[in-house]
Amino acid sequence: MQFGFTDEQTMLGESLARTLERGSDAAALFELGVGAALLPEEAGGFGGTGPDILMVFRTLGRAGAVTPLLDSVLLGAGILAAAGETDLAEAASIGAARIAVGLDEPGQRYDGTVATRAAADRLTGEKSLVHGADQASHLIFRATDGLYLAEAGAEGLSMRGYALMDGGRAAEMTLRDVPARRIGDLALLDRPVAAAVLAVCADALGVMERATDLTADYLKTRKQFGRPIGSFQAIQHRMADLLTEIEQARSAVWNLAAHLDGPGRDRHVAATKSLVGRVARLVAEETVQLHGGIGMTEEYELAPLARRLLAADARFGDSDHHLERFIAVSAASAA
Amino acid sequence: MDMNFSPEDQAFRGEVRQFLKDRLPARLSEKVRLSRELTKDEIEEWHAVLNEKGWLAGNWPNEFGGAGWTAIQRHIFEEESALAHAPRVLPFGIAMLGPVLQKFGSKEQQDRFLPRILDGQDWWCQGYSEPGAGSDLATVKTTAVRDGDHYIVNGQKTWTTLGQHANWIFCLVRTDPAAKAQEGISFLLIDMTAPGITVRPIVLLDGTPEVNEVFFDDVRVPVENLVGEENKGWTYAKYLLTHERTNIAGVGFATAGLAALKRIARAQVANGRPLSENPLFAARMGEVEIDLMAMSTTNLRMLAQAAAGQAPGAESSMLKLKGTQIRQAINDLTRRAVGPWALAFPSEALEGANDDQPPGPAEAAGATRSYLNNRKLSIYGGSNEIQRGIIAKSLLGL
Repeated sequence: MQFGFTDEQTMLGESLARTLERGSDAAALFELGVGAALLPEEAGGFGGTGPDILMVFRTLGRAGAVTPLLDSVLLGAGILAAAGETDLAEAASIGAARIAVGLDEPGQRYDGTVATRAAADRLTGEKSLVHGADQASHLIFRATDGLYLAEAGAEGLSMRGYALMDGGRAAEMTLRDVPARRIGDLALLDRPVAAAVLAVCADALGVMERATDLTADYLKTRKQFGRPIGSFQAIQHRMADLLTEIEQARSAVWNLAAHLDGPGRDRHVAATKSLVGRVARLVAEETVQLHGGIGMTEEYELAPLARRLLAADARFGDSDHHLERFIAVSAASAA
Repeated sequence: MDMNFSPEDQAFRGEVRQFLKDRLPARLSEKVRLSRELTKDEIEEWHAVLNEKGWLAGNWPNEFGGAGWTAIQRHIFEEESALAHAPRVLPFGIAMLGPVLQKFGSKEQQDRFLPRILDGQDWWCQGYSEPGAGSDLATVKTTAVRDGDHYIVNGQKTWTTLGQHANWIFCLVRTDPAAKAQEGISFLLIDMTAPGITVRPIVLLDGTPEVNEVFFDDVRVPVENLVGEENKGWTYAKYLLTHERTNIAGVGFATAGLAALKRIARAQVANGRPLSENPLFAARMGEVEIDLMAMSTTNLRMLAQAAAGQAPGAESSMLKLKGTQIRQAINDLTRRAVGPWALAFPSEALEGANDDQPPGPAEAAGATRSYLNNRKLSIYGGSNEIQRGIIAKSLLGL
């Protein structure tokens, strides 16, 4: 049994971390080949396995980097590759194209109910929370009968963008007879969405690691009542509980990484997302609390990290949604 | 054993409810309901409506222009106000400074400052915490050195809530650097328009500049602005903390928050059914409601004790601890109830600088904002760790 990364994965993670430390933009990340590391060879990449995804997104989370890698590459190019649209998938993997994926609709929560309809290669409907929509060159939409590809700026397509809690942007979109091409069945979403869930969880793991590093430093240096606040046992025990929960999250992320392309994937998606969502909220709340007032301020590094952890729980289904999924999937496989 | 409110109290509740129905502008209650930030003018507008009725300072005796309510009446007013989504009465002048001036201030100070709190001429803020003095408040370092008939104040205060709107600040300052920590502190009233004062906003987790840093650089303060005796400020600060805490549990806020949560859960659809009927979510809501029912009674039991003249002990720490836990649990469930729309973070929209409507249900953006903002509840007013220490000490005495 071996838990760990290959030498290539480790090297990629290290060079990615160095690049991020220099405060590089998305172009520099694509130049480094991070996009290609998220896709399999048949889609023009050189990776795309669970551990590849874990390494890249944990590193991004630790650095607090806001990038198009999840939405445009892992999810967007991942769907395109699965649909055989390899040219556009490759273009997305090097940053030459930007993909946004419209899955969800107003009035729904996490259950993926869709009302957007296609008629004669024209789409009509509403899409909600389309991540990265205002920077996209192409859009993939989930309709009732399959997946459709449209170009940004197509006639009949309007959008209203806004900021997100994780530092990114999304848009509400209205589709009125938008010209679009069907690229495949809804089942093509399964693997890319599972990979995106892994990415969200690995990103959250990196954020948790960074947030606890900050907290540990603060507990050692902040003095009240004449001594470092980390010397109070009540504080020590809370920090110990937190570290233990994060260790659980780390193992849950590995569980999903190891089962991303094997049997039992759905059950691991549900288990990992449920556990990581719960721990992410706990880490956000506890690291702020352990800092006191300074943890509430935007100037300090923790605030965006805390929001990013809460956002992780709210993407692709929260901890309760996946707990219910876990119960349902487990019951079905036992039957 | 009689758990019912007296007929007089029930009549008072009816009177408060009718007043709120008649006089609370829908424009204000709608903003409060959606957790949108109120402007200075809007807060002052509501204060003026209450003052006209004589209800702004429920806790002040009649002789100082207050309503002279009992603890039970104050509780009823706070609860009904929260349920009606009325703006909260700002605590700084009314709940904090007023009682200190009434108990320890000079006749001149009472005559000069109390009417100006009521009629809105003065907006007070609190200068207690400093960068190095948070939970350990007694280590305040801001100095006030006597120079003829003035003090010269130097130092820095922080976390001054809504200090950007204030024209006065009450401060804990060190007047005797040689004395033991608690003994060299004085309680000073400082005009924020005096030369040498700089206010710098601090943006919080929810994207709003609710608190500030206040810097003092050779600020000259007339000695008549000293409250009570020099070096006795700690006593006055503690009086303020222990005697004005009827609303510490926030029962009204929690009750209104729970009602809002239930409304949202009924409107949200999860797997084709209202979220309120989802067994998992319904259980989470049920647990917090059961907690709130018990805590409301704890609160009333404490009020009854206070009415009977018993001084509050560790119970007020328990109310702070449990009250903030329940409010934060309701905020958490509300944010989770709006589901993926909690992801949106249009903070400018809430401040009115942006015309964009946030996506999802109308309550979504406010749900995120309230959740983030109310993480402060377990940090301020004596952090929950400090409260646990007080509770444990009351039993163990170690």
